[in-house]
Amino acid sequence: MGLLSSSVSIIRYKVEGNLKPPVLETIANSLKEYAIIEIDGDSSERTVGWTSYDDPFNPDFERSSFVIGNYLVFSLRIDKKAIASKIIKKHYSLEAAKRLAESGRQYLSRNEKKMIKDKVISILNLRIPATPNIYDLIWNYEESYLWFFSNLKSANEELETLFSKSFKCSLIRIFPYTLADLMMNFSDTERDILSNLSPADFTE
Amino acid sequence: MLDISVSYNRYKFLGHEFLTWLWFIIDNNQTKIKESAPISMKIGNRIVLENGRRDAVETIIIKGDDADLEEGILALKKGALVVELNLVCESGDQEWRFTIKGDNLNIVTLKPPYTEPMESKQDLEGSLLERAYLYNMIFEGIDALFNQFIKLRISSDWDQNGLLLIKKWIYS
Repeated sequence: MGLLSSSVSIIRYKVEGNLKPPVLETIANSLKEYAIIEIDGDSSERTVGWTSYDDPFNPDFERSSFVIGNYLVFSLRIDKKAIASKIIKKHYSLEAAKRLAESGRQYLSRNEKKMIKDKVISILNLRIPATPNIYDLIWNYEESYLWFFSNLKSANEELETLFSKSFKCSLIRIFPYTLADLMMNFSDTERDILSNLSPADFTE
Repeated sequence: MLDISVSYNRYKFLGHEFLTWLWFIIDNNQTKIKESAPISMKIGNRIVLENGRRDAVETIIIKGDDADLEEGILALKKGALVVELNLVCESGDQEWRFTIKGDNLNIVTLKPPYTEPMESKQDLEGSLLERAYLYNMIFEGIDALFNQFIKLRISSDWDQNGLLLIKKWIYS
């Protein structure tokens, strides 16, 4: 679900930390450094990186194309190669049979079996293209918040990790406690009361 | 600040209490909503309640465009709280529909008001800014309502002007 879709799910974060000035240049450099790397024709199984919102298959952070009004708009891309287990099984069986015939033995050791399986997966990964998954985000740097347009747990975890690695800032997920604690301008006394709250009983 | 995962689980109940309070406010005090945001708010087509007072958690789902919410009130009487609420917000001729989750206040399946489709790449910036503005209106409204709730919740007024009134509504 992209940010212009007719229906969206949004996870909110508070961004903690400051970037080195000039901020836009720092962000552009980090986006370029951690931009998605194509893995088609490579033995890698998956890759994660930033990409351009308006051109996710040809990321370009050279110009400040990711700056829109007060917002920074770009996307997280996760490319994965999914090989059906039956295909792996077929190629493993063929390869194992070949190895047995070559060695004249009747059995393969556990280590040999694992090596064959890894080799089969690696060869298959070279041959199949990765499936791209794109998740948009809007970052308001001035107001230190970020909206991520996916509620998939794995995508949110990848976002948190890559964001921290790229910008050396952390993302704090907004939920009832953090919304109250970080965004409601409470005094120390109010924070203490908040920390000591326990569930209310709505029954008679 | 507390560890994030600890605070998420320990204070999850605040989100459930907030959504229960919000249902009460929608039914009884639209003025409070107007004070928070230039929108009106009504219950949409789904309410999920959870009762964890017994050993096993009981989930009650009420859905349908004109669903009878009495079942929900009955669940509240038995000690359940709202864990998910589908809402319809209106401002002028604009309408937003979305579901808010109590555990984390995530907004899911948000359908914003209709906006003109993009005709060319030159329209991208305008479309993005318009959408961001429309999403922000909802977040500002929810945050302002949450602010009202949490300030009441931590105040000495909670028992009289919060809990007692909600109980009266549930048992009326």
